[in-house]
Amino acid sequence: MSVQFVVPGSKSVSRPPSVAAYLVDRTFFFIAALGALIIIALVAYILWEIGGQALPAIRTSGAKFLINTGWDAQRGNFGILPQIWGTLYSSLLALAIGGFIGITIAIFLTQDFLPPRIAVIFRTLIEMLAAIPSVVFGLWGIFVVIPFVRPGANWLFEHAGFIPFFGSSLSGPGLLPAVIVLSIMILPTVAAISQDAIGLVPYKIKEAAYGMGATRWEAILKVIVPTASGGIFSALVLGFGRALGETMALAMLIGNSNQISLSLFSPANTLAALLASNFPEAAQPERQALMYAALVLLAITLVVNVFGTLILIWTSQKVAKA
Amino acid sequence: MSLSLKKLAAVLAAGTGLFGLVDAPIAASGVEIHGAGSTFAAPLYEKWMAAFEAAQPSISLHYDAVGSGEGVARFRAGAADFGASDAPLPATDASTVDRGVVQVPSTAGMIVLAYNLPGVQGQLKLPQDVYVDIFLGKIRTWDDPRILEANTDLDLPSTNIALIGRRESSGTTYALTSHLAAVSPSWREEGPGVGKLVEWPNVAMLARGNEGVAAKIKLSEGSIGYVEYGFAKRLGLPAAALENKDGQYVVPSEDAGAAALAASAGHGLDEHGLDGLPASLTNPPGPHTYPIVTYSWLLLHERYPAAQAQAVASFVSWALEDGQR
Repeated sequence: MSVQFVVPGSKSVSRPPSVAAYLVDRTFFFIAALGALIIIALVAYILWEIGGQALPAIRTSGAKFLINTGWDAQRGNFGILPQIWGTLYSSLLALAIGGFIGITIAIFLTQDFLPPRIAVIFRTLIEMLAAIPSVVFGLWGIFVVIPFVRPGANWLFEHAGFIPFFGSSLSGPGLLPAVIVLSIMILPTVAAISQDAIGLVPYKIKEAAYGMGATRWEAILKVIVPTASGGIFSALVLGFGRALGETMALAMLIGNSNQISLSLFSPANTLAALLASNFPEAAQPERQALMYAALVLLAITLVVNVFGTLILIWTSQKVAKA
Repeated sequence: MSLSLKKLAAVLAAGTGLFGLVDAPIAASGVEIHGAGSTFAAPLYEKWMAAFEAAQPSISLHYDAVGSGEGVARFRAGAADFGASDAPLPATDASTVDRGVVQVPSTAGMIVLAYNLPGVQGQLKLPQDVYVDIFLGKIRTWDDPRILEANTDLDLPSTNIALIGRRESSGTTYALTSHLAAVSPSWREEGPGVGKLVEWPNVAMLARGNEGVAAKIKLSEGSIGYVEYGFAKRLGLPAAALENKDGQYVVPSEDAGAAALAASAGHGLDEHGLDGLPASLTNPPGPHTYPIVTYSWLLLHERYPAAQAQAVASFVSWALEDGQR
């Protein structure tokens, strides 16, 4: 290998970029900037369009829309409290179940419980869940989940009906089948991102934990998972966002009933299911109200994401300090 | 599933002068006719259309079972050549349609309260005040004393009643609510009232179309909902025997439905105009009369472009003549 010395006056190794290189650089910059701008413009346009169409409903019903419980297209009285309740209740329950299982799977697949090759197969299988269309999940819920959980649910209702969570019988569509299917649907998101987050924990941290005499479970639960907590948390936030917006499977399973009930077995409704099932034939005042509901759903999703990001920043700072 | 209405239909159709158009020869070129509306009568219309197209291949017919409300809206907007509705178009609305409106009763049917109670053997009987309160959401469980009182022979479960209502604007809902309002002042004055689209109690699960309601009843144990007789029959759903005006429990059957229509015949649909169902139809008297029946109407324009006029007229007259058999 020869070493090149630059002799003053001779031709320099570094030279100004050629015209072609300059053009490529500029073009790339503009394409990238344009892409970013289009996304922002698109979000703004969607908000503007939906907001514009919702404006008459916002003017007439205002904040009452958020606390009324009826949906009466005939008389033009609209309220979405039951749908807000159903959206948050079903998503939180699905997050609790799907999040727990997803993180467990992530730990199982990354912490040498399985030979690496089999772990890859498992991982691919779980990611394939994300490729199943929503309507197939809905059908599966109707024909498999509902008959499967109904006897147990009705036994609970009969023997423990005094507990509000079991306070009604499960006739078929209802919160419980919807939540079960929803938690399976968010599972791939939570599992995949958590796996990446846990995989990013440096190997020497784990070795250090073992070196200090930690057992395997102590190393996993007290060292590795807390170190990866930022990534796991964003997995949960993304999973929650997916649960909030899920439409088709929920429209098929949750029962489309505008009631507010703590019972896991009573039918309920969600904002996305309301939009999907009422839009096709909605006439004017209802259409505006639906646009208003869409705006509320957007706002809920936005709040969840912002809140999630804030907690993420806060926890990562805390972990960094500790 | 349809009750023969040939005479009544023929009389009304003749009265509107519809048959005057029929004599003209049918255009040889392909004509497309689009209809939309009632899901209640959709199975019948689809059968009619298939049979008619077989006889008249030059005319092609399409029907969208989107519910009476949407059917009327499409008919008014000109998106459908004819509408189909189980609720008649009020005279004030009809006068605002550009090309005029002719309403022809095409069929009639019973609205049954179909239920799904696995393990319950025997016929469920519902008194009038009880099924009104079920639809008001006041009676919430199957072992409610008022249901048990009428069904001492049945072993009813303690589960909740899963009430199923229609989501979209529907003539079936109109007929049912007309009946409920006729038998119950509280339905009329404090309850949801009469309409194609009413606000069901919040516990109700909502479904689209007669077929949607029937499918949801089939899917949900402990459910009850209202559908046209044929939809319940096709899915093998049992239908409650309802108490009629004379205090008798009547199981829905073709004879019981025919008795109801006979009880209302001659109480002139025309003399009442089409601003509502005649009282005789919303709660018909008679010992063997099934209490909830309705007609289903075809909504036609008074004027069509020439080729279409012939096609529509020949289809409608075929439906009212041969279709009633």
